[in-house]
Amino acid sequence: MTALTRTTSRRRMLLGVGAAGLAVGSGFVPARFAIGQQAKVKIGLMLPYSGTYALLGKNIDDAFRLAIEEQGGKLGGREIEYVTLDDEAEPAKGADNANKLINRDKVDFLVGTVHSGVQMAMLKVARDNEQFMLIPNAGLKEATGSLCAPYVFRTSFSNMQPGLAMGKVAGERGVKRAVTITWDYAAGAESVDGFKDTFTKAGGTVEKELALPFPQVEFQSLLTQIASIKPDLVYAFFAGGGAAKFIKDYAAAGLRPNIPLVGAGFLTDGVLEAVGQAGDGIETTLHYADGLDNAKDKAFRPAFKSKTSREADVYAVQGYDTAQLLTIGMNAVKGDVKARKELIAAMEQAEIDSPRGKFRLSKAHNPIQDFYLRKVQGRENRVVSVAAKALADPATGCATA
Amino acid sequence: MPVPSRSVRLLLLAGFATLLLFPLFGERFYLQLLAHIMLMAVFAMSLDLLVGFAGLVSLGHTAFFGVGGYALMLLTSSAGPANLWLTLPVALAAAAVAAVIIGLLVLRSSGVYFIMVTLAFTQMLYYFAIGQKWLGGSDGAYINFKPRAALFGFVPFDLQKPLHFYWVALALMAGTYLLLFVILRSLFGRVVCAIRSNEGRLASLGIPTFRYKLVCFVIAGALAGLAGYFASAQYGVVNPDFFGWRLAGEVLMIVILGGMGTLHGPILGAFALVLLEDSLSVASKHWLLPMGLFIIAAVLLLPKGIAGLLERARA
Amino acid sequence: MDAIVFFLIQVLNGVQYGLLLFLVASGLTLVFGIMGVVNLAHGSFYMVGAYLAYALTQALGNLWLSLVAAVPLALIIGLLLELLFRPLYRRDHLYQVLLTYGLILALEETRSLLFGDDVHGVPIPPALDFSVPLTADLSYPVYRLWISAACLALAGALYLVISKTRIGMAIRAGAANREMVQLLGIDVGMVFRIVFVAGVVLAAFAGMIAAPVATVYPGMGNAILILSFVVVVIGGIGSIKGAFVAALLIGLADTFGQVVAPDFAGMTVYVLMAAVLLWRPAGLFGRGT
Repeated sequence: MTALTRTTSRRRMLLGVGAAGLAVGSGFVPARFAIGQQAKVKIGLMLPYSGTYALLGKNIDDAFRLAIEEQGGKLGGREIEYVTLDDEAEPAKGADNANKLINRDKVDFLVGTVHSGVQMAMLKVARDNEQFMLIPNAGLKEATGSLCAPYVFRTSFSNMQPGLAMGKVAGERGVKRAVTITWDYAAGAESVDGFKDTFTKAGGTVEKELALPFPQVEFQSLLTQIASIKPDLVYAFFAGGGAAKFIKDYAAAGLRPNIPLVGAGFLTDGVLEAVGQAGDGIETTLHYADGLDNAKDKAFRPAFKSKTSREADVYAVQGYDTAQLLTIGMNAVKGDVKARKELIAAMEQAEIDSPRGKFRLSKAHNPIQDFYLRKVQGRENRVVSVAAKALADPATGCATA
Repeated sequence: MPVPSRSVRLLLLAGFATLLLFPLFGERFYLQLLAHIMLMAVFAMSLDLLVGFAGLVSLGHTAFFGVGGYALMLLTSSAGPANLWLTLPVALAAAAVAAVIIGLLVLRSSGVYFIMVTLAFTQMLYYFAIGQKWLGGSDGAYINFKPRAALFGFVPFDLQKPLHFYWVALALMAGTYLLLFVILRSLFGRVVCAIRSNEGRLASLGIPTFRYKLVCFVIAGALAGLAGYFASAQYGVVNPDFFGWRLAGEVLMIVILGGMGTLHGPILGAFALVLLEDSLSVASKHWLLPMGLFIIAAVLLLPKGIAGLLERARA
Repeated sequence: MDAIVFFLIQVLNGVQYGLLLFLVASGLTLVFGIMGVVNLAHGSFYMVGAYLAYALTQALGNLWLSLVAAVPLALIIGLLLELLFRPLYRRDHLYQVLLTYGLILALEETRSLLFGDDVHGVPIPPALDFSVPLTADLSYPVYRLWISAACLALAGALYLVISKTRIGMAIRAGAANREMVQLLGIDVGMVFRIVFVAGVVLAAFAGMIAAPVATVYPGMGNAILILSFVVVVIGGIGSIKGAFVAALLIGLADTFGQVVAPDFAGMTVYVLMAAVLLWRPAGLFGRGT
C-alpha cells in the first residue's frame, strides 16, 4: 500500500468513526414522532443513579415504575417510554442535563430530582420551556415558593415542613433551650428555620445554630460546643452517611442521656442498620414512618420488596406517589397531555392514597400532609403519634398560592 | 508552538465547515448541545494555555469561569436584560482582576504545589459562594434574562435564539483559537513556552519570567471568564459548583485527553468527552464504569491524546 | 464547661482528627513525592478499605480478623493497579492524573455493583466499645483513642522504615532526585512498585480502621481526598514528617475554625494552605521545587 492511499484510508476511517460516534453518541437519529393517543408517553427520570445519593435515586425510580406497573403499565391508556439520566447530584451539570430530557428527548413529563442545587438548575430550564415537572424529593423552598409554576408539582415535602412539625412537638413538651446542627447549605438552613419558627412561637429559644461545611463529617468540635452549652434538646438535619456518623458520634460522646437528640426524619432514615444501638430512642418528624396502620402501606411495602429486594423507605414512597399523582392527572384527560389545563386541574384536586396516608396538594403544589412523630426502636422508625396534622408549607412568594 | 500538520489542518477546517453548516440540519437541541461544547472548548483552550504551553497545571481554573458567570448574575437585574456590551467587559475584567490577585499569590509555587494552591483558591471561592445569600447560597441563583446585544439601537444578534447563540459560541471558539494562535506565535508566546522548558535559563538572561507567567495567567483567566459568562447565560443558572473541583477536574481531563500543548486538542477533547458522557449516561445507569474504563484505555492507548492520535494516523 | 477544659477538649479533638488525616495522607505523600503521581483515586482506595472492612466483618464477625484478611487483599489490589501505571512512568505525569480520574469512576461504579448504595456500619470491637467521661456531659470514645494510638504507631514505623532501611534510603533519594537513584544502580521501577502498593495499602488501612466510626457509604472517599491533598502540600510533598505536622495543623485549624469563625469554617483549611504556601512555596518540610 502506498503512503498516499494509506493516509486517505486512515483518514476516511477516522472521519467515519468520528461521524458514527457523533451519531450514536448523541442520538442524532431524529426523534420518532407519532401523533395521537397511540404514541407512548415519554417520561424523563433525571435522578442520581451514582454517588452519595444513588440509593435515593434508585428507590424513587423503582417505586415510580412499580406504581405504573400496578395500574397495568399505562398512563391514561397510553404506553410509557422511560428515559433515564444520571444527574450525579452535580449542580454544575444540572441545567444541561435537564435540557437534554426536555429538548432532545422531548419528554412529556420530567421527573426529578433529589439534590436541591440540581433541582434549582432544573427548575430554571423547566420554567423557560414551560416543561411539566414533578419533583419526587428535593425540598428547596423556591420550588413551591417564589419560583412556583402551574406545571411544577412536588410530591415530597418542603425543607421547612419536618422542622415545623418538630418545633411544635418540642414546644408542646415545654422545652426551653435548644441547639440546632446541620450542614452549611440551604436545605439545612431551611429545615432549621422551620424548627425555629414553631419552637420560638411556643416560647422556646434556639441558643445556637451550629453548622459545618458540606460534606464534612468530623463532628467532634461541634459536639464539644453542644456539651458546653448544655441545651435541653438538639435538633439535627443530616442525611445518609453523614447522618449515620453523626448519630454514632453523638452517642459515643455521651450526650444522649442528658441532651435528647431529635431531628428531621432524614436523620434516621436508611441508616439504622449502620448505626446499630446508637440510634435507639431518637425521635424525628417526617411524613412517613414504620408501622403506619393503613392498607396502602401494607400493600406497598411487600410489593416494593419483592420487586427490588430492598426495603421501602420515604424516598420510595415519594417516587410511588409521583407516579400516582401523574396517573390521576393522565386518567382525567384520558392520556391527552395537550389538555394541560385539565391535567393540572385534575392533579391539583387529586387526593392521593399514599402509603404515608392520604394527602392533597396546596395551591403552590406542595403536599399538605400529616407529619408523624417517630421513635427509633430496633431497626425501625416506629410511629408514635401525629405531630402535626395536615401541615402545609408557608409557600412564601408563590403568586398562585 | 508546533503547527498542526497539513492533513490535520484540513481535518480541522472540515470540522469547522461542518460546524458552520450544521444549523442547516441540526435541530434546536443539538444547536444548544454543540454551543455548550464549544464554550467548554473555549474554557479548555484557556486552560491549555497554562497547562500545555506555560507548564502551569491548574486545578483551580474554575475560579475564573465561576467569576464570569457570577458577574453576569450580579449585573443582571430582575427587571430586564442587561446589555452585553456593558456587562461582558465588566465580567472579563472581574475574571482578569481575580486572575491578577490569585496569580500574584499562586505563581510563586510550581509543579504539583501549583496544582494544589490553585485548587485551594477555587475551593475558597466555592465555600464563599455557598455562604453568601447575595450570591444565592448553596443552591445557586438565576440569570433571568440573557444579555441583550443592543449597540446604539442596533441588535446584531439575539442570544435568546438558540441559533444565534450557536453562532456566537462558534465565533467565540474560533476567535479564542485565533487569538491564542497569534499570542503563542508572538515573541511573548515563545517566551512563555520557553519558560516551561527552562525557566532558570530565561531568568538568568534577565527575562522577568514571573511577569510573563502572570500575564499568561491573566489572559487564561479572562478567557475562562468569557466561557463562564456565556455558559451561565445559556441556561441562566449559576451555582457554587461552577467553582467546584469536579468541574475543574473535568476541564483538565478535556485538555489532557484532547492533547495538551496543541490548540485543537482541547477542542477535540471537549467534543469527545462531552459527547461520550452524553451517550453513556443515557445508555446505562451504570455508565460510570464504561466511562472510567474508557478514560483508562485512552490514557494507555493514546500517548498524546486525541490530537496525538491524529498526528499518528497521518504518519 | 470551663473555658480551659473546653479548650483542652478541642485540642484533643483536633489532634485526634489530625492523626486520622495523617494516616490517609501518608500514603498519598509517598506516592506523590516519589512517583510524582497526583493520585486522585487515593480517596477511592480509602473507600475500598472501608468496604473491605465492612464485607469481611460481616463474613468473619470480627474487625481484627478482617483487618488481617483485608491487608493482603489491599496489597493484591495495589499490585494489580500498579500494572496500569507501569507503562506511564516515562510519560508526562498528567497522564497518570487522568488515569486516576478514570479509576475513581470505575471503582465507584464497581462498589455500587458489588455492595449496593446503602449506608453501612461496622461494629466497634466489643473490647473498645465504650467511652471515658471527660466532663459531666461529655465523654470520649475509646475506639477513637485507639485509632490515634494506631496512627502514632504507624507514623513511628514509617519514620523508622524511611530513615533506617535500605528501601527507605532509596525512597528518600527518589523523592529528592530521581536521576541520582538511577545512577546509584537502584531499580527505580521496583521502588515505584513498592511505593505505589504501600500507598494503596495505607489508604485502604485508614479506611478499614476508620470504618467503625466513619460508617461506610457511597462517595465517602471524596471528602477525605481533598483534605489529604491539603495535608500533603502543606507538609511538603514526599515528606512523612511534614505530613504528620500538617495533619495535626489541619486537624486543629478545622476544629478551632468551627469555634472561632463558624461562618467561614469551609474556607479555614484552604486559607491556611494558601498562607503556608505563600510563606514556603514548597510546604513546611518540602525540598524546593
